[in-house]
Amino acid sequence: MRGAGGPVGQTIRWQRILGAGILLVLAWLVVYPNVVVLSDSLFEGGRPTLEAYRTFFTTRSELEALWASVWISLGSVALSALIGVPLALFFHRYEFPGRGVLAALAALPVLLPPLVGVIAFLFLAGESGVLTRSLQALLGLDEPPWRLVGAPAILLVHAYTMYVYFYLFTRAGLARLDEGTLEAAASLGAGRWRTLRTVVLPLLRPALFGAALLVFMTSMASFSAPYVFGGGFRVLTTQIYASKISGALQLALVETVILASVSLAFLWFLRRSEGRRQYAGAGKGVQQARRRIQTRWARVAVTVAGFGAVTVLLLPHLTLVLVSFVPEGAWTTQILPSRYSPDNYAALFRDPELLRPVLNSLQMASLATAANVVFCFLAAYLVVRGRVRGRGLVSALLVLPWALPGTVLAIGLATTFSTHQPLAGRFVLVGTFWILPVAYFIRNTPLVAQAAIASFRQFDPALEEASYSLGAGWGLTMRRIALPLVLPGLAAGGMLAFVSGLGEFVASILLYTPRSRPISIEILAQLRAFDFGAGAALGVILSLLMAAVFGLGGRFVRGGAVPRI
Amino acid sequence: MSLELREVTKRFDDVVAVRELALEVPAGEFLTLLGPSGCGKTTALRLIAGFESPDAGSVVFDGRDVTRDSPQRRGFGMVFQNYALFPHLDVGENVSYGLRARRASAAEIADRVAASLRRVNLEGYGARAVQALSGGQQQRVALARALAIEPPLLLLDEPLSNLDAALREQTRRELRDLVKGLGITAVFVTHDQEEAFALSDRIAVLETGRLRQIGPPEELYRRPADPFVATFVGRANLVPATLSESRPRRVDFGGEGSWAADADDDTPSGPVLALLRPEDLELTGAGAGLPGVVRDRRFAGATTSFVLRMGGSDGPRDLEVIAEDRARVGDAVTVRPREGGTIRVFPMPAGAGR
Repeated sequence: MRGAGGPVGQTIRWQRILGAGILLVLAWLVVYPNVVVLSDSLFEGGRPTLEAYRTFFTTRSELEALWASVWISLGSVALSALIGVPLALFFHRYEFPGRGVLAALAALPVLLPPLVGVIAFLFLAGESGVLTRSLQALLGLDEPPWRLVGAPAILLVHAYTMYVYFYLFTRAGLARLDEGTLEAAASLGAGRWRTLRTVVLPLLRPALFGAALLVFMTSMASFSAPYVFGGGFRVLTTQIYASKISGALQLALVETVILASVSLAFLWFLRRSEGRRQYAGAGKGVQQARRRIQTRWARVAVTVAGFGAVTVLLLPHLTLVLVSFVPEGAWTTQILPSRYSPDNYAALFRDPELLRPVLNSLQMASLATAANVVFCFLAAYLVVRGRVRGRGLVSALLVLPWALPGTVLAIGLATTFSTHQPLAGRFVLVGTFWILPVAYFIRNTPLVAQAAIASFRQFDPALEEASYSLGAGWGLTMRRIALPLVLPGLAAGGMLAFVSGLGEFVASILLYTPRSRPISIEILAQLRAFDFGAGAALGVILSLLMAAVFGLGGRFVRGGAVPRI
Repeated sequence: MSLELREVTKRFDDVVAVRELALEVPAGEFLTLLGPSGCGKTTALRLIAGFESPDAGSVVFDGRDVTRDSPQRRGFGMVFQNYALFPHLDVGENVSYGLRARRASAAEIADRVAASLRRVNLEGYGARAVQALSGGQQQRVALARALAIEPPLLLLDEPLSNLDAALREQTRRELRDLVKGLGITAVFVTHDQEEAFALSDRIAVLETGRLRQIGPPEELYRRPADPFVATFVGRANLVPATLSESRPRRVDFGGEGSWAADADDDTPSGPVLALLRPEDLELTGAGAGLPGVVRDRRFAGATTSFVLRMGGSDGPRDLEVIAEDRARVGDAVTVRPREGGTIRVFPMPAGAGR
């Protein structure tokens, strides 16, 4: 109880018990694995040593990977902004047929798992992709016009998948913008460009900063794109994977520590440099009527531009759907596959071994999500309504997994839960079914917790007090009042967690067991076996599952409480 | 059943919200905690309800110390400022919530819900969604919900402040009739002095966490304990004056004439502050009194109020007067206290510089 006292009796007792339990879980699953990684990186064979650190800082390829992670991330921020911001401004400004649908479609990639996006890109613009071969044939070249490999490829894929953050944040920012300020600028004699530069962009600054931070952290943690397109070019995440696979465990630990430190340092630095700058909306404001284009030719041009931009952005995903109908061996050197059949989908239901990863992912994501929903509901209650000490710590630990790349989490779990030391809180989970649900649970805790916390903040604490004053205890109040009221937000967070668990790849590739391999790993295996159709079909199935979750969820969660990210 | 606060103190970090508050509310009384925002009245109510626990002192109800009891154990009915109706439950479910929590039988619940709704004139509204109701109806549902559990004590946290003016006055009357009809003890919180007067048997005036005065409305108005209460309760002119040594004590304003004074025994003679309510003053053409000039005149139907600019040794000062008079802005007038009354005086506050 803090110095000021608090609610009397039962409630505070429950909060204390709850707080202790939640802190224990967070300390054990979120903090402890990182501590184990750090301490193990400093010891070898029981003796303290900095040998692996010396190796890291004296090996050229290691330092290059570190530098690559940083500059690729900065580059991704710049390129994503370059696509996302103009796109949002365009859809905000102009009215043309199909605008609503296109504006929604442009946000679609946010729902797709990173691996699927990367694979789709491979089918489109990879060495033997549809676009590459088309151009080759068109220009009569002997070689493909480009080889999509290394840093440029990674940057391109990042820009292509991460522009969505800038797009969505900018749109949200524009929606909040008081059009009165724009009219004021115009009345003061500012032209359109001056208004954009001196009013709109500064007011969008918080939104743009949020998007930049998100893209930077996502890019820092990105594994799929560098893994598939990197070739010899390594970033830290793929470097960790390579070290782990080649048995250089000590080095993998050091790389993990470095990646975690760099991520946290950048997060801290960026947050700090932005400070607490906030522009409160100056009131309700008038929504500006969208500009309806007057001349016919201009209208046609704008419409074509809108459709064109969205088509280009969605082309990889369309290619994925196309490839999913290609039977094995039917697409070798042709520009477009010669035959199409629904065989790849039918095979899923014929061959239990093919369906198995789908069932695995469904099962593991369900388990993790169920745990997330219960845990994050209680944690959010404590953070928002609690009157006990340690709430600040709980809320910090709830976001920590977001700041740490999935690779770091996976190495932490792999290191911590590979030995049986019950007294040290370590059990063998590696090699069992349970390791992936645990990993998904940790990865998605920030997402669900933020959703639940936001919902708790939205409803008046007097509702709970009213329940207590009417004689209800803590349990009844939670069940009958708090839970129903936060359910929309909690369900939205749970849906996102479920979807992200379904497509999880980064941590899975370091932790999966063959028996419980998830969809993402199977997609990769099919590609390795050059069965592109089967891989693409799995990618489509995964995307459809996600769409189904949101379709059903959208109906269940009234009022469109589904967060857009 | 009576409520007692014994020297209750509540701090929030460095701020003392309630300071050594001592109160007794006898059974069946309607007590109002009145004060400006930030005076600690809501904290005091929450201490009674059990949503806050005091740093010192105790809350005693019906002779039993309930300081450590949770709100649900206390079972005091509470009506919240924004009503705190459960938005996901309908009217009937809201009203029956407390009964279900007490595991009342289905038949009893049905009876009591119907009776509660009838009491607040919302018969047949049980299946309505609470959001579909008007503000006044929501307020009555909140009241019905609190009364359904037949609480021994009813706590009301500014429940009328979200209603529009016309509705507020009507609801005020209904609320008082309902509470008095049930014979229930009630503690009501408001910053609105008029509301406090209309509802209360007694009023406790709080300022920065301290109890300044407690008593029936008329006593607060006629015999306020200090200048704060005098100005917070009703319109007040506080005018420097001189208090005589002689008994019975009299007060004069430096001009002709003196008036009977109501001073505490320990008020020293000499310079004092005299409380002159606007309606206690009258305008005269000439004779004993103080000269002033009409600065503003506001006609309000039954009465007319004037603002006079008075000269004085310590600079000009405004005086508010309610009088039947035809004086116009700019007219020179003479003002004096009406005959027959006594004038409440306070010691000149330290540092007033006079």
